[in-house]
Amino acid sequence: MDGITLNLFALQLFTGLALGSVFVLLAVGLSLIFGLLTVVNFAHGAFYMVGAYVGVFVLGLTGNFWFTLAAVPVVVGSMGVVVERYLVRPLYGRGIDYPLLLTFGLGMALVEVVRIVYGLEGVPFDTPKELRGAVDLGFGFFPLYRLFLIGITTVLVMVLWLFIEKTSYGLVIRAGARDPEIVRVLGIDISKVWLIVFAIGTGVAGLAGVLSAPMRSVIPDMGSTVLVEAFVVTVVGGMGSLVGAVVAGLLVGVVVSMTSLFWPSLTDLSMFALMAAVLLVRPQGLFGKKGLMG
Amino acid sequence: MSEDTKNKTVSKGVSRRSLLKGVAAGGALAATGPFLFNIAQAAETSIKIGFPVPLTGPYGSEAKEQAACAQMAVDEFNAAGGLNGRMAKLLVRDDKLKSGEAATRTLELIEKDGADFIAGSLSASVQLAVNSVAKERGKIYVSISQSDAINEAKHFSKYTFHEAMNPHMTAGAVGRYVFPKKGKRVAFLIADYAYGHEMARGFKAAGEAFGIEVVAEVQHPLATKDFSTFLPRIQAARPDVLCLCNFGYDQMNSLKQSTNFGMKEQMQMVAPALLYNQRRAGGAEAYDGVIGGTNFYWGLEDTIASAKTFTDSYRKANNGKPPSDYGAYGYSGVGGLLKAVTAAGTTETDAVITAMENLKYDMYKGEQYYRKCDHQSVQSVYIIESKSEAKMANEYDVFDLVGVDKANEGVLRSCSDLGFG
Repeated sequence: MDGITLNLFALQLFTGLALGSVFVLLAVGLSLIFGLLTVVNFAHGAFYMVGAYVGVFVLGLTGNFWFTLAAVPVVVGSMGVVVERYLVRPLYGRGIDYPLLLTFGLGMALVEVVRIVYGLEGVPFDTPKELRGAVDLGFGFFPLYRLFLIGITTVLVMVLWLFIEKTSYGLVIRAGARDPEIVRVLGIDISKVWLIVFAIGTGVAGLAGVLSAPMRSVIPDMGSTVLVEAFVVTVVGGMGSLVGAVVAGLLVGVVVSMTSLFWPSLTDLSMFALMAAVLLVRPQGLFGKKGLMG
Repeated sequence: MSEDTKNKTVSKGVSRRSLLKGVAAGGALAATGPFLFNIAQAAETSIKIGFPVPLTGPYGSEAKEQAACAQMAVDEFNAAGGLNGRMAKLLVRDDKLKSGEAATRTLELIEKDGADFIAGSLSASVQLAVNSVAKERGKIYVSISQSDAINEAKHFSKYTFHEAMNPHMTAGAVGRYVFPKKGKRVAFLIADYAYGHEMARGFKAAGEAFGIEVVAEVQHPLATKDFSTFLPRIQAARPDVLCLCNFGYDQMNSLKQSTNFGMKEQMQMVAPALLYNQRRAGGAEAYDGVIGGTNFYWGLEDTIASAKTFTDSYRKANNGKPPSDYGAYGYSGVGGLLKAVTAAGTTETDAVITAMENLKYDMYKGEQYYRKCDHQSVQSVYIIESKSEAKMANEYDVFDLVGVDKANEGVLRSCSDLGFG
């Protein structure tokens, strides 16, 4: 491989880390819902897509990107509330495949609804003016918007981590994940807790959707590849581990980036090869607890 | 002026038809058996054009436009009296963008529905499947989507006509416009499949005359979502021109993301097939300043009479919306075929083939004709540049016409290169 300078290598590595933070953003909502509710949310990609379309709609009304960014997780999270309350809740205690099939069907239905309303070919979503352009990092130019994504992902993960690990409400959530019956005996309304977790998970998926809109096309199918990427990250990191999702997201990003520099034709394959390798050595993923699926 | 006369013919045709219908109904009441038999026979001998296109799938909206434009051509033919009273009929089928599906639909169209001709398809590989069925059954097939392979001797038959431009001529035209103006250091981002490589080959062939230097050549898998990891290598090569040899959402995403990387300030972005609908879905910012090639842009109506006639009648039927590039192929493909039928005075296949080979037609963009050896439609390639949002007069006003590569056989791959004689 000729022409690979130190600068190019550094930029490629940094690109990988930035891509990794996008993967973290995509995966965190899925990981959260699985880790705390043991619900494998197959509608994750659809919520992500809905987030992008809600973003298009709100941005069209207000013209304000920042307001859109705040509104989308609220709207998609509220959808999550309805879905949890009326669709997912009746299936608790029936085994992991029931909500899996339900959300799988829900995802398909959402995609079709958007297709009917907005058509097949996608809608434009420009990068907000204040986040356009590239920044000189010393070893190469890098898009300001992607730097912004790294920042927002960091903040988001920190807030979620502090909320779950350091607040008393987070304590209830964690206790509910471990032994819901005891929590109920203690007089806590556990279904309300699950409702909130599901809402946060879908809200974050929606946020990821609207944040991806300026980079990837806003089309009804946009969620299908994201679902795959999010699952790879979640599985590599260990189902349900927030720390695992972060480490795995960055790792997948760097592996994909380096593969595309040296063996571009294997780029698509690289993340699955990584997943296979990790699962061979640690079937529960890097940071996963054993037996969560049981 | 021309619009008015046209409307008159259309309305005249319609009223004549409804008049005939009324007479027929009255006649059926009065007389009986033999009259009905005549009507049945007339219906049977209508000229049937089978039209398999991917109505469902990622190019569904393009396919629907193609079908609508093809129907326009059929309506105009019928309004002008058909072929001595024989009317044409378009049979649209969904090929789902799949080769197998397209082959089955084509076979049904020929065997069951009795199609006289086949036109359509919106994919390089699907059209080869349609072509192989059509040539096996000895029916004329007019392909209306881009492909280099269909020109080659191994796929060609006397029944095969390629109305769309091919990647070689499109990329070549764009290269001839861009290389002398924007520089000789050229980088390629290539979608790793036949169409991507065909476009890159077209650029390189055109670039030879200008002495271009290929400084980077990066291939990406089809349907890539995140291009960020492919871009540093291109940036590091410091090209003057970046040729995006990809299509559809790949083109849109790679443009969006390289714009974010600030690459437009460093190099000229070029996309051989710059599509109208794709540009509208991708937004002004991502496409701003990108130069590409097209078979048609509605802005041609200012300079070309046939383009004006075509866009006017399309607008009238579609709430003022102008037609798209790929939609227009449906009109020219079917319209050209029907012109040949008129010239031949029959639907007999060999006579129509001869008529098509001798046809000079101008449906919507200036004069075209089919080259003898490979039946490739020789036509002008228009060079367009995408406008910034500030310069757009309305939502349809997305491109500037900046150049034209005039219809010329010399820019095609030579007949001997394609494996003929």
